[in-house]
Amino acid sequence: MEHFIKILSKPDNIPIAGMVLLVFFYTGWAFVMAIRNDLRIKAGKGPLELEESGLKVDVMPHLLKREFIAALVVTIILVIWSVAVNAPLEEIANPAVTPNPSKAPWYFLGLQEMLVYFDPWLAGVVFPTLIILGLMAIPYLDKNAKGNGYYTLQERPFAIFGFLFGFLILWVAMIFTGTFMRGPGWNFFSPFEPWDVHKVVPLTNVDLSELLDIDPKTPWYVREVPGFLFLLLWFTFIPYVVALVKRAFFAQLGIVRYWVTMFLFLFMLLLPVKMILRWTLNLKYLIVTPWFNI
Amino acid sequence: MPETIEQKPPKKKLVNWEELSRQIKASQFYKSMFRRDYKDTPRNRALAVIGNVWLHLHPVKVRKHGIRYSFTWGMGGISFYLFLVLLVSGVLLMFYYRPSIPEAYHDMKFLEFDVPFGMFLRNIHRWSGHAMVVTVWLHMLRVFMTGSYKPPREFNWGVGVVLLTFTLLLSFTGYLLPWDQLALWAVTVGTNMAKATPFLGAEGPFSIVDAASDVRFALLGGRIVGPNALLRFYVFHCIAFPLIFLVFLSVHLWRVRKDGGISGP
Ligand code: HEM
Repeated sequence: MEHFIKILSKPDNIPIAGMVLLVFFYTGWAFVMAIRNDLRIKAGKGPLELEESGLKVDVMPHLLKREFIAALVVTIILVIWSVAVNAPLEEIANPAVTPNPSKAPWYFLGLQEMLVYFDPWLAGVVFPTLIILGLMAIPYLDKNAKGNGYYTLQERPFAIFGFLFGFLILWVAMIFTGTFMRGPGWNFFSPFEPWDVHKVVPLTNVDLSELLDIDPKTPWYVREVPGFLFLLLWFTFIPYVVALVKRAFFAQLGIVRYWVTMFLFLFMLLLPVKMILRWTLNLKYLIVTPWFNI
Repeated sequence: MPETIEQKPPKKKLVNWEELSRQIKASQFYKSMFRRDYKDTPRNRALAVIGNVWLHLHPVKVRKHGIRYSFTWGMGGISFYLFLVLLVSGVLLMFYYRPSIPEAYHDMKFLEFDVPFGMFLRNIHRWSGHAMVVTVWLHMLRVFMTGSYKPPREFNWGVGVVLLTFTLLLSFTGYLLPWDQLALWAVTVGTNMAKATPFLGAEGPFSIVDAASDVRFALLGGRIVGPNALLRFYVFHCIAFPLIFLVFLSVHLWRVRKDGGISGP
């Protein structure tokens, strides 16, 4: 406990604690608003926002008043925060002394945490690129015309589930893990466990071909067939089955949009899949080639 | 006793604001300062916005649901405000900071111990930066939850994603500038990723470059996080990225208006 409080109260970790609380609060808030609207829509009244969206108010004073109050509150918080907590300054940079653990800035710890499961070219380059492009693509992939401009769950469950899964579990929770539960050697520690520099975790991870007892001396393009097959099926067979089950969804999107949506979603899911395979089967790599590993 | 219906006395206000404001406006002092009073008319409310270059970012009237904190959470506006705080505190910090080794580190110490309010300045810049990352994420969460990325706002969502990326890049490049152990190693961990870029990273898959010509080298101006990297990050952080950010921010705020104001049913 003492150890947890010590890490929590490190000046640079205060924003993370704040972020977790705020994300919980605002997600909860969005759900309250959405459920209230869904009940109203069911009763035939339309979303709450509809009662006021037909009315216009003067920016001066109604909006400006609110902006002024928000700026005032933020200023007060910043001043109190800056008086109470000093920005840390450690020893002068020294390339000869590597701190253990070495951590990226907190907002990138989700990506650093991903390094446990994927090689840097995936975790550090391909995933971030796909996150940015994928976010930008959302409006062009989501063809559901409902739920534009008001809170609702019922009218767009898939979109909201997909987004919140990515944001809350794969981004925010991973940052939390990376900050509070990764100690020396990037070893896993439960939140209340002190960070023991000498903790040794045996490296017993194995590749898929080893799990399947394939002779390691076979050429890679034969040895790695199961891994390639897995990925091929992952990105083709699953979309195919989902399209059969969810025909209306498929028809609404059309084949290109549908497949791009599924590709991005399934790419995101590779992370939890690999995590689970690591925890259960100690899987290291699905595919090992002379150039890259997955 | 006959039953009586209890009647609530009219709520007595602690302060009668309207009366107070009337009295202040009638005072000699007020009248001597503001030569002429603007009547609270629709026309004057509109003029207050149109006649001011800053308030002019706003339309004169907006739809009522869109000004509620319960709808927008005010997060876009708060992110913008934090950016302004960062701009002002950042310019002030630049007076005391030299992007070279070891001066950069000593300037941090100087700010902390010798510059009046130097520590406060550094703190407010650092904590606003962290806070802005959080508020931008929350703003994105709100925009998603209200489905506000749907037509006609698809493009502005994309502009927002660029702003999010540059918010993170600004924060990351700023991380190196104190030149302490935290800075050096956080940026070392971060930029090591660039080594693994397919094709263009020295250790990436299908690499076609070596460590002296890959993307990491371009980013750092060298093979290690050293003096060139510090200078590059300084220029990115203080000049290049803020300028790019401002360009996209102008488009973003302009599009909010052009796309019909805050989204609504
Ligand atoms: C530095 C970052 C940003 C700033 C300063 C900013 C600022 C703003 C402001 C002031 C508004 C007006 C409404 C509100 O406050 O909610 C707004 C709306 C909007 N923002 Fe941002 N924003 C930023 C980042 C983003 C991001 C990351 C996204 C999405 C990925 C985004 C997408 C949008 C959209 C679609 C709207 C229109 C919302 C509606 O009409 O309901 N913005 N932004």
